[in-house]
Amino acid sequence: MKTTAYYKTKRITINVFIHLFLIIVAVTCLFPLLWMVASSLKTQEMIFKDMSLLPKEFHFENYYLAWKEGGFGRYFINSLFYTVSVVLGIIVISSLAAYAFSRFRFPGKNLLFFMFMAAMMIPVPGSFVPLYVLLTKLHLRNTALGYILCMINVGLSTSIFLLKTFFDKMPKELEDAARIDGCSKLGIWWNVALPLSKPVLAVVVVFNALNVWNEYVLALIIFDSKPLMPLQVALMTFQGEFITRYPLLMAGLTITALPIIIVYLLMQKYIVKGVTAGAVVG
Amino acid sequence: MRLKSTLENYIFVLPATFIFLIFYLIPFIWVFQLGMYEWDGILPTKVFVGLGNFKEILLQDRIWWQSMLQAGYITFIALTFQNAIAFLLAWACDREMRLKNFYRVIFFIPPVLSEVVVGLVWQWILDGHYGLLNGWLVKLGFPCLVKNWLSDPTTALTTVAIVHSWKGFGWGFLIFLAGLQTIPRELYEAARVDGANAWSCFKKVTIPLMIPVAVMVAMLTVLGTMQAFVLIIAMTGGGPAYHTQVPVLRILASMRGSSRFGYACAQGISFGVILVVISFIQYRFSKHSRQA
Repeated sequence: MKTTAYYKTKRITINVFIHLFLIIVAVTCLFPLLWMVASSLKTQEMIFKDMSLLPKEFHFENYYLAWKEGGFGRYFINSLFYTVSVVLGIIVISSLAAYAFSRFRFPGKNLLFFMFMAAMMIPVPGSFVPLYVLLTKLHLRNTALGYILCMINVGLSTSIFLLKTFFDKMPKELEDAARIDGCSKLGIWWNVALPLSKPVLAVVVVFNALNVWNEYVLALIIFDSKPLMPLQVALMTFQGEFITRYPLLMAGLTITALPIIIVYLLMQKYIVKGVTAGAVVG
Repeated sequence: MRLKSTLENYIFVLPATFIFLIFYLIPFIWVFQLGMYEWDGILPTKVFVGLGNFKEILLQDRIWWQSMLQAGYITFIALTFQNAIAFLLAWACDREMRLKNFYRVIFFIPPVLSEVVVGLVWQWILDGHYGLLNGWLVKLGFPCLVKNWLSDPTTALTTVAIVHSWKGFGWGFLIFLAGLQTIPRELYEAARVDGANAWSCFKKVTIPLMIPVAVMVAMLTVLGTMQAFVLIIAMTGGGPAYHTQVPVLRILASMRGSSRFGYACAQGISFGVILVVISFIQYRFSKHSRQA
């Protein structure tokens, strides 16, 4: 007969192993980022010799240099501007469409909705080639507007899907009451539907914000001129031009990654929702 | 009145449809037209070559098929190594325990970072001369293991695949965990009462109920990994000597490197067809596994 003590020891041993496994993986996740920050605080001479995770002196001036001389201040503002513009655009445009798909009846509705959903599932590798040609023809290449419109298009289908699913489950009573009070359709969308859909709007905002901030290839083919570049493209350009200036590059990487990590830590609930919802779609 | 109301409805979908039409549908159709031309992207005249581009892809472009195989290799590592880790972690986290939320938050940090950031940080760690990994290998007494991880043709592709898995496993972890949490606890208790031990619980309850989730994760992993390329640009740029090239990188090179826009579109179509076929096969497979 095995005793309770035996089972207790067995359970504790299993728990210790599970935690050990989880902690090792967690350290593996965090370590490269700590190394990035540590490297960004070393001098150009020290970085090739000093392998310590905690440098003896913190050279914060690398951040100043990266921000000013490396131009990352400019690129940061660019990325911020593109992210905010695209997210605002997506919220307005996709919630209008999703509301119509959920509430109204009009000819061609199902076909249109089907098109948006199909776009989400059909992979079009290399669609950036005709997009480049199109933007050149429309004189939108190398412009902020061209990039913003392209990125709005990228986030549209998923956002419409998330919002429509939410609207479909939302009770209609408040909207009916508003209609009886003489509120217009647009007025109901703005004053009733949007305020009620805050939880799903948060998912849409966070999901698209991460997407735009991290986007690389469209920005690469659309922008030629440095003053318009967002961070991701600027990092690659910087790396190509100053291949050995690791401290500044690491400072630039930290400047790029930090906002994402902060937003993620604050809004992780919504990101998790977005990921699981996005997976269900696929 | 009815007409006015219908017109009002169209106003709601007009902006979305307009953007979709111009930035998705027109490029989508255009790919098929451009794929049949030889065009440098600048000259107003395009030369019609019919299916010539596709013939060239099929018969002459060895680097294209090499890049396809290499993407397949990265996908294979992602399917096995990355998803196995993701599942094990999810299974380890699917219980009442301390620090559960902490782990969950940490594991999803790599997926939220951009591929450029991840690629450049790992490139620095794996640097052949000054990299941290080689520095440690020397310190720990294994100088024979020191390698130019990313510029040695024998290690470059596997290294890239492992970094790709590092970036991606947190995503599979979240979906697996969500799936595990939908399994009713009563099922486990019932199995326990019937005398099942932990292993047979895992084999007879967890595994069968998780198969649909696993199939879905596998589908998304294949589609996502086959098309991944930004991480590779940031780590190796496709080198050394084409050893880490993948299809989308080849499309980008055809367009920007050799200015063959038509050929790039033809490559895009061939790759798109392959992806659709793969996902169709997987879809049939998943339907089959759900019925079984």
